Amino acid sequence: MLYFSKLRIISVIIFTIIFSYFALSNFTKLDDRFFSKNINLGLDLQGGSYLLLEIDNRPVITQRLQAKIIELKRYFKDKEISLKNFSLNGDIITFEAQEQDLEQVSKLLNDKESDINQYYQSYKSHEFDVIENNNLFNLNYSRYGLVLLKNASLDQAIEIVRRRVDEVGTNEPNILKRGNDRILVELPGLDDPNRIKSLLGKTANLTFQFITQNSEESFGTEKLSFEDEDREAIVSKRIILSGDNLVDAKPTMNSQTNETVVSFSLDRVGAKKFGKATSTGVGKQLAIILDGKIISAPTVREPIVGGSGQISGNFTFQSATDLALLLRSGALPAPLNIIEERTVGPDLGQDSIDAGILSLIIGFLLVIIFMIYKYRAFGLIANLALITNLFLLIGILTLFEATLTLPGIAGIILTVGMAVDANVLIFERIKEETKSEKNPIIAFDAGYTKSRTTILDANITTLIAAFILFFMGSGPVKGFSVTLGVGILTTLFSVYFIARLLTSLYVVKNKEKEQLL
Amino acid sequence: MNNISFNKFYRKFNILSLILIITSLIFLIIKGLNYGVDFKGGTLIELRTNDKTNNITMIRDSFNQMNLGDVSVKKFGNETDFIVKFEKQNSNDPEFIKNIQNKLSSSIGDVDFRRVENVGPKVSSELLKSGIIAISLSLAAMLLYIWIRFEWQFSLGAILAIFHDVIITLGIFSIFSLEINLSIVAAVLTIVGYSMNDTVVIFDRVRENLRKYSDIKIFELTNISINETLSRTIITSVTTLLALLSIYLFGGEILKGFSLAMILGVIFGTYSSIYIANPVLVALNVSQRTIVKEEKD
Repeated sequence: MLYFSKLRIISVIIFTIIFSYFALSNFTKLDDRFFSKNINLGLDLQGGSYLLLEIDNRPVITQRLQAKIIELKRYFKDKEISLKNFSLNGDIITFEAQEQDLEQVSKLLNDKESDINQYYQSYKSHEFDVIENNNLFNLNYSRYGLVLLKNASLDQAIEIVRRRVDEVGTNEPNILKRGNDRILVELPGLDDPNRIKSLLGKTANLTFQFITQNSEESFGTEKLSFEDEDREAIVSKRIILSGDNLVDAKPTMNSQTNETVVSFSLDRVGAKKFGKATSTGVGKQLAIILDGKIISAPTVREPIVGGSGQISGNFTFQSATDLALLLRSGALPAPLNIIEERTVGPDLGQDSIDAGILSLIIGFLLVIIFMIYKYRAFGLIANLALITNLFLLIGILTLFEATLTLPGIAGIILTVGMAVDANVLIFERIKEETKSEKNPIIAFDAGYTKSRTTILDANITTLIAAFILFFMGSGPVKGFSVTLGVGILTTLFSVYFIARLLTSLYVVKNKEKEQLL
Repeated sequence: MNNISFNKFYRKFNILSLILIITSLIFLIIKGLNYGVDFKGGTLIELRTNDKTNNITMIRDSFNQMNLGDVSVKKFGNETDFIVKFEKQNSNDPEFIKNIQNKLSSSIGDVDFRRVENVGPKVSSELLKSGIIAISLSLAAMLLYIWIRFEWQFSLGAILAIFHDVIITLGIFSIFSLEINLSIVAAVLTIVGYSMNDTVVIFDRVRENLRKYSDIKIFELTNISINETLSRTIITSVTTLLALLSIYLFGGEILKGFSLAMILGVIFGTYSSIYIANPVLVALNVSQRTIVKEEKD
């Protein structure tokens, strides 16, 4: 059918104009959010950093298990069941029960209403798996118990990461969950990720503990080293105050000593605790400990009751600023490891854009010249379809604010090369048909009809490859699959609406000519 | 209409393909692939020196002094641009890259790190796994699609052609120690799509001709079909190759490997749709009955 209804022609034109408008809006600088959209440039084109962080949950698990032992002891004591020989072997809590209590202990642990070993209806699983061996009980985290624990710690960590990145003030960071123990941080435009990396690499667990000479302290003691010296000190395990009680921290200049310090203020509970501890501990050294290292250990000269204080410790202004930032944003539940980093400098990004555009223009011109050489007037039609195709492709990517990457640009160029395929298939078919059919209109019609299944088959196979790449690929490669996939759809549109419309107009007008194609 | 006797050379080219595949497999098994940091883990730094007198040896020496494991240095496009790769990846130490840059500046003068990629062992093995899964999945999807659309003899021909293209492309990467990274996986997937596309166009014609002529043997019939679709095959390969060549020559260093893999894939894809896919139909003695029987079902 070479005939097109007016309505169809008009809608094709409107559709094309709309998307071409969006394509062109990338190059204009309108402030209107709706009418001037832009393709997002991937990190490889605009420069920036991509960091993949993984939470090391082991310390959290150990902590929780230790807390669980205390909870178990208390719970069974309340039920007047005596258990003994509690121990933690790796990730397994072990304890012994007496012969006559075995049944009851087992029931309390395995009951669906259990208070001590919570049952999750949605997962059909308890928090802990219980294994009984004679009178020995082994408890370890069930699969879902572990999943829930990891999810909780990921939620907490992502919040802290977001606060820290926001505090540094990079433009439009992208912070996303990946699986149940990873966080993806994308920082567009960031040239030097070192500062962010060092900020994210710290747990920022701040505690205040007294230094003691007496190793027989009731809370136990631990030996810790100083941050920037080779000195060590024995500190009490009793935590006077932790970072949780901080409400604010900022770098300031101490006017007396003329050094940079971090001054902090505490919440009500913290101020009370701090006041009490400092009034009983006058004359003692109070160690300020960050992530297991002593920053400084000033001697308490008088009770500090105002709820604010200072941390000194050979800071530069930068390091004081960073410490204040870490304290303000709070401690991470567990250490984060950077397991993947990709950074592209802005000038390389610009070079890639330039090279990409240059090769797009050259590739495009080569294809256009070749098609005119091969098909003359019909080559022109195919080329018009190709140009529309390019506008539509960029227009759609813009409308959906898709991310354009360097492989994505390659995908566009590849689309240019492969898009003519459909028109070539049609034209070749028409050539064959004109051999047996004298009426050009019928021959053209047959050419379109008979090539349709082939064109669909051929494009669906590429679409399948693009689809799989989209779901399996990551980062820049994903950008390739998007342009390749969208490119196929716009190709089919431009071939069956634009090129066909132009072909039919041309054929109807020149039907008296001897050899059209 | 072209009339080239492609079918006369089926046997010769099949032997050639067999030799190429066996050679590729031997290289793939014995030498293996040259995995980039994406799949092997480690660190990649693209650097630009301000001093034109710096050469590869100087840069390699200064990196070797830093105890970073196996170091490889290569020129990357420009006179002053280099790609350095080494085994050690210590992304957890925030100062790691900074320290390298400082040490380097003191030994060879100011350097600009244009790109840094640091991939841990866990991530690289996951990326490798998902790359292999992606390629296998797309092969399976193609198989399924063509199985639905055609008879099994055709599916077998198309799949053999795809395997042929992928194995030889990877074989060439192995022989010349070209780097395999994430974008090569994308290239391989696109090759799979392209090769399939090309085969499907010829097969569609074979099927059409099978219906049309009941008295022509498949050996001759494939040749007719190849000739009928030949100008399309050539034009499409040429336009695709023109686009790819443009990426290869002007698209910058980062896209070189990708476009090279694609160029090889298009060449072998075009070749295999003629010389692998069609001989399979001949060998399986496909006839009008093959498709008629199918259509009655």
